[in-house]
Amino acid sequence: MTTLLARVAPPAVRPSYRVRHLLEHNFLVYRSIWWVILAGFFEPVFYLFSIGIGLGKLIGDVPGPTGELVPYAAFVAPAMLAASAMNGAVYESTFNIFFKIRYGNTYKAILATPLGPGDIATGEIMWSLFRGVMYSTGFLIVMAFLGLIESPWGVLALPATVLIGFAFGAVGMAATTFMRSWQDFDLVNMVTLPLFLFSATFYPLDVYPEFFQRFTQFSPLYHGTELIRSLTLGALDRGIWINVAVLLVMGLAGSAVIGRRLERLLLS
Amino acid sequence: MTARPLRFFEGEALNYRRVWRASIFSNFLNPVLYLAAMGIGLGSLVDRNSSAGFGGIDYLVWLAPGLLAAAGMQSGAGEGSFPVMAGLKWFKTYPAIMNTPLSVSDLLTGLLYWIGVRLFMICGIFAGVLVLFDAADPAHAALAVLPAVLTGLAFAAPMAAFAAWIEDDTGLTMVFRFGIVPLFLFSGTFFPIEQLPGLLQGLAYATPLFHGVELTRAAALGIDAALPAWQHAAYLVGLLAVGTRLAHRNLTKRLRT
Repeated sequence: MTTLLARVAPPAVRPSYRVRHLLEHNFLVYRSIWWVILAGFFEPVFYLFSIGIGLGKLIGDVPGPTGELVPYAAFVAPAMLAASAMNGAVYESTFNIFFKIRYGNTYKAILATPLGPGDIATGEIMWSLFRGVMYSTGFLIVMAFLGLIESPWGVLALPATVLIGFAFGAVGMAATTFMRSWQDFDLVNMVTLPLFLFSATFYPLDVYPEFFQRFTQFSPLYHGTELIRSLTLGALDRGIWINVAVLLVMGLAGSAVIGRRLERLLLS
Repeated sequence: MTARPLRFFEGEALNYRRVWRASIFSNFLNPVLYLAAMGIGLGSLVDRNSSAGFGGIDYLVWLAPGLLAAAGMQSGAGEGSFPVMAGLKWFKTYPAIMNTPLSVSDLLTGLLYWIGVRLFMICGIFAGVLVLFDAADPAHAALAVLPAVLTGLAFAAPMAAFAAWIEDDTGLTMVFRFGIVPLFLFSGTFFPIEQLPGLLQGLAYATPLFHGVELTRAAALGIDAALPAWQHAAYLVGLLAVGTRLAHRNLTKRLRT
């Protein structure tokens, strides 16, 4: 990812090997509030137990990616995983980053050291990915324990969540560099809530009216959900390459914007 | 009642005048999105499979009042938590108020009035959306606003007590994650609590949201609640009273020492 970032970012904001110092900083900060991280793991698990299992008993089987029937919990669990990868990445890259840019003055202090804006951008994205990996691993273990991973391809769900985290983290952080006040964050929820509810997360696409079905293809979370669902249910076809491509392009586009914007915000 | 709590109320209302547009929009949009996604979308799967589980009522119609009560809880808990911490610690409006003729009781009373009004707005809009989705007729929807507001207040007062007790806001984050979110998911909002395993069922019976949901659903659908209505209401009023008492004690400790 670092090399890809280097290709799209201007020279002044290219990351260097010093990124590790920013990661160390974040690690030290969170060491004293590790339970905040632990708590993040529980939200998708609560949703899985409530909607997937509690309500799932009343729903029965639903058609999976290839049309064969799967238990509702096995259908909804990958979506909860994808959605929590999105939510985690968006939270970390919007609220936290905005606070650090505007109030914490963390980055100003960091720029007094040999680290540059590119190091900050790369470091923060890598940190949020690391955090996401911890959540996703925990959730996948729960899924495995409940017998909701029906294919050995399911192990690839972990890198898939990293890709989702990269896509949403990069775009979220890019958006944050344009935000003027906390009021602008209302807009973040107004984007993530519809994505969470309408990305074929809770029910198969054919439940939507036809007009909505076409609309859903534009939802990046839909591509994340489809990707993970295909992997855990073992229903792989060429479509997953489209899912991967959409997320990758989104992440790279976001990264390119961050590099340029951070330079302007922090170095002027 | 003296006029002094209204001074605090006025301050909150003036503040709200600047941001009401965004909040009205999201207050309206949230129920629309949830009812469309869960009520209609997921509901089509539920109804196809087991309409009997919901007493023959369409899932959308069954779910809607549960979401209304849950919205009351979330808004009440929200208004009683971060704003109180901000007033005490971040913006220091509460310590400043102590230099005026207002007492801690005036402040708390004014705060609860204000939260009550906000809850009426939020739950009122939600009830309007219920009518829009044909999930309740206007009279029943209006009636259901009352238990939803009571549910909100029953959460607001203990939350204010907690916010005045703790030192920093990670405690609030924890309460939302391990209190409010599980309640939202397991208190009979999305499925009847009979679906839960025995032990959790007993736990769900004890949660305040369950009583709020039962009461709101009974009002919206014109059906009987699990217990006589006054018992559900008494639970929530009791929680409001205890929460107010504790909030008064904790605010006094913070502001009068």
